[in-house]
Amino acid sequence: MISGKFAATIALGSIALLTLCAGPLRAQSHVDTPDPSLGTPSVASEESHIGGLTGHAASGKVLYRRYCIGCHGPAGDGEGMNAQWIDPKPRDFTQAIFKCRSTPTGTLPTDQDLYNAITRGFVTTNMPQWRPLTQQQRADLVAFIKTWSPRWSKEKSGDVLVIPAETPVTIESILHGRELFQKLECWKCHGPAGHGDGPSAATLTDSKDNPIRPYNFSVGTRFKCGETNQDIYKIFMTGVDGTPMPSFHDVIQPNDAWDLVHFLRTLQVTLPTKEGDLWRGYVATHGKDLKPIGPDSAAGAQ
Amino acid sequence: MFVFRPESSDQKKKSRWSGLLVFGVVALAILFADAKPTQALPNRKVMAIPAFARKYGLPCSACHTAWPELNNFGQVFRDNGYQLMNDRDSPIWQNPSYFPITFRITPNWHRESADHQVIDSSPGCFNTPCFSVAGKLNQSGFDLSGMDLWSAGTLYKNISFVLLPSSDSTAVWHFEAAWVRFDNLKGSPWLNVRFGRFELDNLISEKRFLFLSNNGGLYQIYHFNVPGSSNNFGYGDNQIGVELAGHSENSYTRYSVAVLSSNEGGVNFTTDVVPGAPPSNRSYDVNLAFSQAFDAKSLGFERIGAFAYIGQRPTFFETADGGTVPLVGLGNKPFYRVGVAADLYIHNLELLPLFMHGHDNAFLGTSTSSQGLLPAGAQAPSFNGGFLEAHYYLNPQNVILGRFEKINVGQQAFSSNPGNFGNVTAYSVGYRWYPIMFSRAGIALDGEYSRTKSIGIIPESGDGTGAPPLFPTDGVWSSSIFFGIDFDF
Repeated sequence: MISGKFAATIALGSIALLTLCAGPLRAQSHVDTPDPSLGTPSVASEESHIGGLTGHAASGKVLYRRYCIGCHGPAGDGEGMNAQWIDPKPRDFTQAIFKCRSTPTGTLPTDQDLYNAITRGFVTTNMPQWRPLTQQQRADLVAFIKTWSPRWSKEKSGDVLVIPAETPVTIESILHGRELFQKLECWKCHGPAGHGDGPSAATLTDSKDNPIRPYNFSVGTRFKCGETNQDIYKIFMTGVDGTPMPSFHDVIQPNDAWDLVHFLRTLQVTLPTKEGDLWRGYVATHGKDLKPIGPDSAAGAQ
Repeated sequence: MFVFRPESSDQKKKSRWSGLLVFGVVALAILFADAKPTQALPNRKVMAIPAFARKYGLPCSACHTAWPELNNFGQVFRDNGYQLMNDRDSPIWQNPSYFPITFRITPNWHRESADHQVIDSSPGCFNTPCFSVAGKLNQSGFDLSGMDLWSAGTLYKNISFVLLPSSDSTAVWHFEAAWVRFDNLKGSPWLNVRFGRFELDNLISEKRFLFLSNNGGLYQIYHFNVPGSSNNFGYGDNQIGVELAGHSENSYTRYSVAVLSSNEGGVNFTTDVVPGAPPSNRSYDVNLAFSQAFDAKSLGFERIGAFAYIGQRPTFFETADGGTVPLVGLGNKPFYRVGVAADLYIHNLELLPLFMHGHDNAFLGTSTSSQGLLPAGAQAPSFNGGFLEAHYYLNPQNVILGRFEKINVGQQAFSSNPGNFGNVTAYSVGYRWYPIMFSRAGIALDGEYSRTKSIGIIPESGDGTGAPPLFPTDGVWSSSIFFGIDFDF
């Protein structure tokens, strides 16, 4: 049993405690909440369109708060409270620069590109696969992400890269891809064996001057922007915007690009691939004829 | 269990209103304290298992609807063996000083009340003849919950573990969970093997739910046994054994098959985790669970599932010292629990319905040794019951809770028992506020009111004297008012 006086004391004490606690907590929250425009970031497209889905920014905002704000921040600038501990750093949506696109370098990605990135996540980073969210939720998030930058209201997405049919995987194709790997100086960042340890690797930074590392082909089974041969093709034909990885769309022809894809697959030594099988067989018999990739190698590489 | 003081009749009404006043004022205070616009995007989030948050840097709300309840993303993370599957899950990728441990405890104020309790006619039988009467007991005050000291994570890529020492509020410890799981065998999410003491694969988890009070902090149906039964099984209790489980890539489809010792998760070959529990037998139970989720477009995420637990318990013991020392459980008799459950969303409203049917063998249900004959009127008891729980998420930081439970004994252990003997009706309402959004720890203010009516039996909450009422037709009302500060670091 409790007396009325005691109950009143408890009640008043609770109010006082909550008031004391809530004040600083709310103040803290306001400090970290950048500005009132947060609720209505840069007005742009309030919708996304992915296949038959229409995403809505208003719904995406709630989801962003639940899932994304810790890393990407309340202002969408990649400065969430966890960002200081994360490497590589979270995406800054206010710049509207995105790594994984099907569109030319420098252009905005399609809604589908953003949807795919959310779904797929980014391997070897803190960005997980958001496949457990419903398709509608992912579409809503895309719509909200697009509200962070005025670019979305001023520009249209770039034209989607047309990926031609893949050429046959042959030893000639792989060898030619190896020549391109040398000629295009991919090894300078990715290293002669694709370990991400090329001579330039340690100097690389992203568009926000944060250090970044080139992809290490030898340990990964997936790429940041996908896992199929088409994805690899797309990565170096569109470039990885915001990083030193350029677009090679204007540098090489589609058939050459496929040859490069086939060679890159051979660098994934932990992943069983038909390119790898073919290449290992070739190296077993012709390995001594191969010139090493690197600064001392002739452009021909073989 | 709490010790209560009997209350004079003229104080009952005053006391009831005093308790309600406290609860109401506290609830209002919580509401007003958080009266900020929901349109804002405060960047503070709470972690449910901050050990994981520290590892992955995700906000608590990524894995939890409201911690500790999992959402589907959290379910996938758990199903993957506490891995995000981004090739950075093995501990080798963590700072060597990282240690995956978290603790949780809830300082609280609560009031417990139970009527129809058997008490002395006069406190202390002072200067009066002493006889038993039915009375109401209540007690209130500041208190502590038990404490969880939870370590969980990955030992290596695709090898996960949990070690959960848990204490009651007097710091008496036991191992609530301890297991190792080999995940994604043969590279497939459909093959995962877990070994140790773990929670059954419940679609609606009692270990990760949002109620904390004595009466509300458990699902009645998960612990119910028909009065008179010697069966101590509780579907919500962790069991010990081995489990084969699997799931689709997004965990929309999930299954599990577990083989468990027939001992209610007891260790050291005993039939329960509590000290002094009798010895267990040499048999095994099986639990089967399956669920399927659907993408309901704008409504959200919907999951339905079914489960079955087929077990057995001893009805007598091999003995020593003239039958006084039980050695090994013998004379196993079967029981089963089957049911369906769902986790349904209608935008911000989450509904958790569950239905369960339970059946015990007549020997088990009447606590009769199977060496002999059943007593007259003995029959295999059964029950049906379930609950509907609702959560309304005002936003990730505020959730309103409600639950209604009902259990009816379909067939009594003895035909002479009143038809409603053992029936349970319970309801709970609550509110949880997660005032800070911080990526390294969590805190929640929890207010609840829960009430349970159990006919002729001891309330599952433990409120009261721990003895059944005087008559099997007496409906014992047991209620809890709870206000706690639930924190997790």
